[in-house]
Formats: sequence, structure tokens, C-alpha cells
Amino acid sequence: MLKKRLIPCLVLKDNLIVQSIGFKKYLPIGVAKIAVEFVAKWDVDEIFLIDITATKEKRKPNLKLINKISENCFVPLTVGGGIHELKDIKNVIRAGADKISINSEALEDPDFITKSSGIYGSQCIVVSVDVKINSKGNHEVVADAGKRFTGLSPIEWARRVEKLGAGEIFLNSADRDGSKKGYDIKLIKMVSEAVRIPVIACGGVGVMSDFIEGIIEGKASAISAANIFHYTEHSTIIAKAFLKKADIDVRLNTLAKYGEFKFDEYGRILKKEDAGLAQIWFERNKS
Amino acid sequence: MNTSKKTFVVVDYGMGNLKSVVNAFKFLGESAKISNKRKDIEKADAIIIPGVGAFGEAMNNLQKLDLVKILNKKVLKDKVPMLGICLGMQLIAQDSEEGGFNKGFGWIDGHVRKIKVYNNTRLPHVGWNDISILKKKPLFNNISKDCNFYFVHSYYVDCDESIVSAETKYDVKITAAIQKENMFATQFHPEKSQENGLRVLKGFINFVQNYKYA
Repeated sequence: MLKKRLIPCLVLKDNLIVQSIGFKKYLPIGVAKIAVEFVAKWDVDEIFLIDITATKEKRKPNLKLINKISENCFVPLTVGGGIHELKDIKNVIRAGADKISINSEALEDPDFITKSSGIYGSQCIVVSVDVKINSKGNHEVVADAGKRFTGLSPIEWARRVEKLGAGEIFLNSADRDGSKKGYDIKLIKMVSEAVRIPVIACGGVGVMSDFIEGIIEGKASAISAANIFHYTEHSTIIAKAFLKKADIDVRLNTLAKYGEFKFDEYGRILKKEDAGLAQIWFERNKS
Repeated sequence: MNTSKKTFVVVDYGMGNLKSVVNAFKFLGESAKISNKRKDIEKADAIIIPGVGAFGEAMNNLQKLDLVKILNKKVLKDKVPMLGICLGMQLIAQDSEEGGFNKGFGWIDGHVRKIKVYNNTRLPHVGWNDISILKKKPLFNNISKDCNFYFVHSYYVDCDESIVSAETKYDVKITAAIQKENMFATQFHPEKSQENGLRVLKGFINFVQNYKYA
């Protein structure tokens, strides 16, 4: 069976990994190479690295940085931000990325999706779609880091990029970004049901159980989040334990497993019962 | 055992995710050389054909670089160990229906076809999937039975079961790995499948190190 994928999204701003809140506020996390190495060891299925200021500052992707971080990254790495021409794709893949993500350029020039997937294969081309709820209360695709409404409905745009040759859709709710309110399930579901390519859900995860909703109710093929994975040890493995407990087929590839642990409503590990701890203490000291 | 360093050459046809492959070899203590030059391929003790991209474009590039002839010679005549990854596995088949009809190397009897899906199944087949191992040696020697690998593709190699070393299941059975004499290939990406993937590559490296050249 094909596993449901857990994909940490690492947000890069001014060459630092940051937490993003509503596409507006940013909290620094640290150096990209170290962040990638950490999550790569923590049982994640893929890594999504997005440089959020490259396009705005008219910069090319930071190849030196991609080169460095890909060195010890033995899970698939998708890189987005600042990709506007075929040469950029070539360079980013050469630097060690496995897939690339485009957002602005796809909106600017939809044919670019066809051109790039014609050369690199659609499996290599992820189209990133940012969505906000507009003044009429409807979902609408936004551009320029959430600042400009495009008039496109997410369903219409998703179907179009699929037809043009996109291999996957990275669907991000700009409203929920950093909000900890949980996924925009309505949005995820409408897009997942509209296309036959995999949809990666992102935006709003506040507690581990949100991941389960994204898969079961949202029908996403993969779930992504950014902020929740920072500041917590083994956060990605704990997320997997949650998914596993909900009978979702995920890949478990580490000896650190949390299957027998109990969690509180925020996904924090609960202290074991004293009787259990006494038993462990007894077993340990027996020999 | 012959411990002298073997020369691994990763064939650069202008579109593969070469760096990932080289990184994985480096991690395993082998330096693999990326090259699109005939003279490097001529000297190779083992050839790796990686893969990201469309079939037709890949064959076109290989022809433009004039690498088809030398690769045919190295693999078919000199019988140098070869590992094809993803698109690299598809290229060694006779032909592909991706983007029209394109001829491949034809080193194995097989055709590349689009994966058939039913109802709600999505394409590309992307993510981690379980495989069943049919031939353990040499690639899957150190891999436990319930293992999974990273796949990302919409086409697969339809070939005779006798050369299949592992398969996976989507809506239909898909060839996950093949082997025939000195030729090995995986549809999944070993360089991106964490420990299991590195073990597969180590299996290939061990095979190359113990290989008796003609």
C-alpha cells in the first residue's frame, strides 16, 4: 500500500529557516542545513524547502545552500522559490533537489508548467497554490505571497495545472498560515476531489490530530506543516505515532517509536503511570 | 576479495538528479564521478544511469551526446555492472509510450507503459510503497521483508517475470526492480529511500567490488 506522506515544510527567509505567521510575521529558527539534517533523521517522508523572498527580491534560488543541505538528505527534497525559467529548474536539480515547486511563474505563464514537465517529467513539477477566503466568503487563489487576489477559484486553477502537466499540488491556506487553527478542510477536500494528482495539504496545523483530519476528511495524499515541527524533540515521529493510532498507513522507519505512549490534547507526551515506571525501574535493576 | 577502488560513473544526460546519487555513494564511502564524456564511460568499472525526466527527451540527449554506442558496448559487450534508477530503468527497455513512441536502449526485453489506474487512484504514483522481494541477491540482501521505498513515476517497465527482482502494488502490479546478468535497475529511488535505499546501493557496490570482469 502507498503510504500517506508527512512532509515538513521548511520556510527560508534571508537564508534562515523561519516560522511564518499569516505570511506577515516571521520568527527565526536557524541554519537551513542543520534544520534539514534534523528532520531528515526524524522519519519524515519528504522535505519541502521554500524560499519565500527569492521571487520578491528577484533573486535566483540559492544553489550553494541547496548544494550544502542536500548532502546528507536521503529523503526526497522539493525546492521552491525564485524558479522562473527552465535553467533555474536545471540548476536546482543539479544542486541536489529532486522536485521543484513553482507558484508565481505558474500564474504568470501557465505554459511554463507544460514546458517544464515536458522536459523533467510531471513527477518533478509541483505547483504550489496559495488560497485565501475573499470578501465574499469564497476561496480564491492568491499571488505575491498572499497580497493579490487572482480571481481564480482553487478548483478551476487546480484542474488547469493538472491538465498543463503538474505532478502534484502543494495547497497552502494563507489564512491559516501560522494560525494553529487546524487545516482548512473544506479547501483541501474540494481540491483533492477535483484532481487526480496528489494534493499536499498545508497551513494551520496547531495540534498533531490536525494531520489526521487532513487525511481522513480532507482526503489529502500528503500532509505538510511548518511551525509545529520546531521547538519540539522528535516532533515528526510523534506526528507519525498519531497517524498510526488513527489507522492511517504511514512509514515507520526508526527505532524511536511512540506507539505505546499517551498524549494530551495538544500532542504532548503524558507522563507514564507511576506503577508502570516502578515496573521499568524494577526490571532495570533486577540484573 | 578485490579491494582496489572501482570507478563508478554516473551518466550525465543533462536531466537526472545526479547530485542525490553521488551524495548517497559518498555516504557509503565511494566516490562516483558524474560525466557525459565517452572517455570516462570507457574507463568505468560500473555505470549508473539515474533518472528524472521524460523518456524521449532523455534518449534525445543521450544521442546528442553520442553516448548510446559506448553505453551499448560497455553494458552488452564488456558486461560492466550497470544500475539504472527510475527513468534509468525505463531507458534500458526496448521502447516507451511516454510522449508518443520512443525507442530505448533495448538491453532488456520490456516495454515502458503508463500505469493503469482505476476509480480514484492518483497518478503519478508518488510516495513510499511496500515492495515484495523476489530475488534477494545481490541488491536486497540486507533488507527486511516488510520494507518500503520511495517511488515517483507514471510509467513502468512491463517485462517478463524472469528478470523481475522486486515488485510493488498500486492498482496493478508494478515492476519495482529488475536484474539480468550485469544489469540492475530500480523503479524506486534508492538514493532517496533512507536506510533501505542505502542498503540497496551498498548491495550494488558489493556486487561491483566482487565482480569478475570479462
